Amino acid sequence: MSDEKNDELVTVYVDDRAVQVPPGTNMIEAAARAGVEVPHYCYHPKLSVVGNCRMCMVELGMPEKDRATGQPVLDDAGNQKTMWLPKPAIACATKAMPGLRIRTDSDLARSCQQGVMEFLLVNHPLDCPICDQAGECRLQEFATDYGRGYSRFVEEKNVKPKRTVLGPRVVLDDERCILCSRCIRFCQEVADDDVLGFIDRGSYTTLTCYPGKRLENNYSLNTVDICPVGALTSTDFRFKMRVWFLRETHSICTESSVGANTLVGAREGKIYRITPRRNDAVNDTWMADSGRELYKQVEAENRLALPSIEGQIAEDPARAVRAAADLLKGRDKTAFVGSGRCAVEEQYLFRKLAEQSGAVRVDLVSRIAEGDGLLISSDRNPNVRGALVTGLIDALPLSELAGLAAAIDRREVDTVVAYNEDLTEAGITADQLAKVSVVYLGTHANATSARARVVLPTLTVFEKNGSFINQQFRLQKFLQAVPGPAGAPGDLRTLAALLDALGAPAPAGLDDVWSDMSASIEPLSGLRFMKIPSEGLLLDVPSSLRALPYAEGETLHHRPAESGVAIA
Amino acid sequence: MAANERRIILKNIDQPGYGNDIDTYLKHGGYEMLKKALGSRPEDLREEVKKSGVRGRGGAGFPAGMKWSFLDFKSGKPIYLVCNADESEPGTFKDRQIIHKDPHQLLEGMLISAYAIKAELAFIYIRGEFPEGARIVERAIEEARQKNFLGKGILGTAFSCEIRVHRGAGAYICGEETGLIESIEGKRPYPRIKPPYFPAALGLYMCPTIVNNVETLCNVKHIVEMGGEEYAKIGRHGNTGTRIWCVSGHVRKPGYYEFEGGAITLGELIYDVCGGLQPGRSLKAVIPGGSSMKILRADERFKGKDRDGNAYDLGLEDLILDFDGIAVSGSLSGSGGVMVLDDTTDMVEALANVSSFYAHESCGQCTPCREGSLWLKKILERMSRGQARLEDVDLLKSVADQIPGRTICAFGEAAAWPVQSYVAKFREEFIAKAEEQAAGRKPQETGERVALV
Repeated sequence: MSDEKNDELVTVYVDDRAVQVPPGTNMIEAAARAGVEVPHYCYHPKLSVVGNCRMCMVELGMPEKDRATGQPVLDDAGNQKTMWLPKPAIACATKAMPGLRIRTDSDLARSCQQGVMEFLLVNHPLDCPICDQAGECRLQEFATDYGRGYSRFVEEKNVKPKRTVLGPRVVLDDERCILCSRCIRFCQEVADDDVLGFIDRGSYTTLTCYPGKRLENNYSLNTVDICPVGALTSTDFRFKMRVWFLRETHSICTESSVGANTLVGAREGKIYRITPRRNDAVNDTWMADSGRELYKQVEAENRLALPSIEGQIAEDPARAVRAAADLLKGRDKTAFVGSGRCAVEEQYLFRKLAEQSGAVRVDLVSRIAEGDGLLISSDRNPNVRGALVTGLIDALPLSELAGLAAAIDRREVDTVVAYNEDLTEAGITADQLAKVSVVYLGTHANATSARARVVLPTLTVFEKNGSFINQQFRLQKFLQAVPGPAGAPGDLRTLAALLDALGAPAPAGLDDVWSDMSASIEPLSGLRFMKIPSEGLLLDVPSSLRALPYAEGETLHHRPAESGVAIA
Repeated sequence: MAANERRIILKNIDQPGYGNDIDTYLKHGGYEMLKKALGSRPEDLREEVKKSGVRGRGGAGFPAGMKWSFLDFKSGKPIYLVCNADESEPGTFKDRQIIHKDPHQLLEGMLISAYAIKAELAFIYIRGEFPEGARIVERAIEEARQKNFLGKGILGTAFSCEIRVHRGAGAYICGEETGLIESIEGKRPYPRIKPPYFPAALGLYMCPTIVNNVETLCNVKHIVEMGGEEYAKIGRHGNTGTRIWCVSGHVRKPGYYEFEGGAITLGELIYDVCGGLQPGRSLKAVIPGGSSMKILRADERFKGKDRDGNAYDLGLEDLILDFDGIAVSGSLSGSGGVMVLDDTTDMVEALANVSSFYAHESCGQCTPCREGSLWLKKILERMSRGQARLEDVDLLKSVADQIPGRTICAFGEAAAWPVQSYVAKFREEFIAKAEEQAAGRKPQETGERVALV
């Protein structure tokens, strides 16, 4: 589909509904625009078209033209006559051209759908009661919508391998496989790791890994997502929870500055899985395997649930806030260490806190590593640009907190407020840490929290609402999927309480923070949290901000050069 | 050889002393047509082939000249010629004769065709079951190279052409031209979807490609020899040239026979050419074009009107032996494999055999063929085992009806047509089998099955 031709749309007809689409759009997508679902298995909008499942067969009609003159043939009423082809066509490989018609509900189309459905089920184990895909299974759905409702098959079903371990995270049940080849194409075309293939022939065809290979690339779980049936399942998720019990919440992957859009599946306060959410401008329909594991931090052993003062649990959070404020009040050697893992709103309030405390320096912990060129960028912080936009920092963070370390050594800093960052992991030695009073706000216990005089627990990305700004300067919001630990107030409330204790009342609610931010931060002006669309919003940021030497290389839908164009 | 055979392709084959070496071929005027062709312009040669009206001999009978005219000459990509020597349709054994006994005729035909379509690399895709044929063709290529009939600057002209032999690994589907192309590319021979992958535009390595059958390519040599118009005078309109028919089954003299289009009837082929049936047997059915084609019943009548509006009413033995003559019956002459079945044939068993083949050979890429062909096989095997049910007769038809026209390639038809036609035309035999078996089964067995269903 070429976007530049968008202005010359063609009209096609789906079940007599006219719809305008760019020429060349495949008819599954065209039908979707007309509000008609063409059932399909092998077709995937982000993979090549192979047309093997035959589920999307439709009746196809062409505008009739006179063979001799090439002129359109009209009926008595003067309308274009349609020549309906005797054979069905697959909608996935049929491209839109002017006047093309498809019927998805004619006798022929219905008969094709019913026939394919029946064929797909004859050798299928029909083991829905023990299948993880149940509830989000295309086979179940289309069997209900298009199937016969009963079986005419009395022969013995084929026997194929069960519980084949394809890799560390993916298990295959070959009997459930409908041989759509989506997983094979994904590995070839997206993951660039050609390890899956078919062996044997006909109905005995079996999906397998190439000899000596394993499906272990960091995108292997996408094959589970796109498997339309229960053939590929996730070792992490299988047998844990029925999918219809899961409440899915929109979230953003915090693995890197790509900001892959995700869905967090949770039930009764417990997260069971993270899956990608389609965003054609960011992550298409994919996400990395590593990002799917991040929910495990919620229930990690070292999770901080309660505040503490001088190592003693403080029953009353307000007392801990007061204790922290006391450490900051009237000091002139306080340094702040913010985090690229915090939300935009938190970075904004943290900046205010730093200003109110008269901070001598504000640092941000940098996380630069090698990117994978796909959905993990080289900046492993999801929100460095948020810290820049909110003014928490005004330059890109250095690789280590060397400046802070030197300042401690020179005794220019005697108090450090660390937010979601373990200073010992960022270049501050234990000796240096011992020389300062530390106020630690964070989700997990670590070497810094162990030495902190006051610890204030914060929430993970899954337990709160907020937003990140990714490498494209796309503002994206994430929503609360599960409640945080009992007793832990939200980050914004803690920050607001600290500001309050320091004599600078600040808003604690997300909406109030946003009215504050939109009034004072130019790129966010006029925005409200609720107004951030689910696909995110590209911010108009000053060229000075765009021109910084960001670390990210090329990833899916992001080329660093493009921001260079914006400078000019 | 029957009296009225006209051997063009098979002219020298089986003649005493005719070997498959290049010296024998040269003694019989070999490669003279290549020399002649190299003196013409490629577009003129293509025009001659178009004028000849020669139809593809692989099975579909598509006019070869028209196929060539679809070639995309403007893509800037190399053009490939592929000889389909996969001859995998049961009942077909004509190409094998050419490959084994007259390989240089094929090479000459290919070289002329390659020149005509501007291909500098050609492939012979030969089925895995022809190891000897592959060896013979390889040797012939070496011989031809020694004489500069192929390779660089052929016979002092600017035309260079290389021919590579690619051996299959024993899969029927490799005879399907896009499956064959995938196989040459080193992949599983999954046929491609058309559109968009028409070989003439997006063929081998996504380059314009022509895939022609062995016999078709041999014909090109004779078209050059005679000229397209002269060639078109052989046979009848729309069925020009000769065709090699492979007769097998219950006849006394099975074999391969070459006739002009429309020269004889199916009855003459069976009774006069092939010596009829064994004594005491009567004709039951004929499969006219390889095992995938619809079966014809001996006592069937074929009625209708021909192109000129004349009514006809033909019996099986009256069918004229060529593309259009056989098509009158609703079946097709396919690859020219005529299989004759006499009254000793159990049609359920025969169909079980055919269906077993197609279930085994279905590549498994697309759903209707993959699942349908195996289902049909399982039903028919069960019927053969003594577990036939009355409802199986209609079930067979219904399952088969869900396959043709809905698959990626024509294999769907190949799997379904036999079932559709056997059941339609010998329905009483299928019903009798089911009733007979039901009567023979112990009551409790039947009861149990009913309970299960």
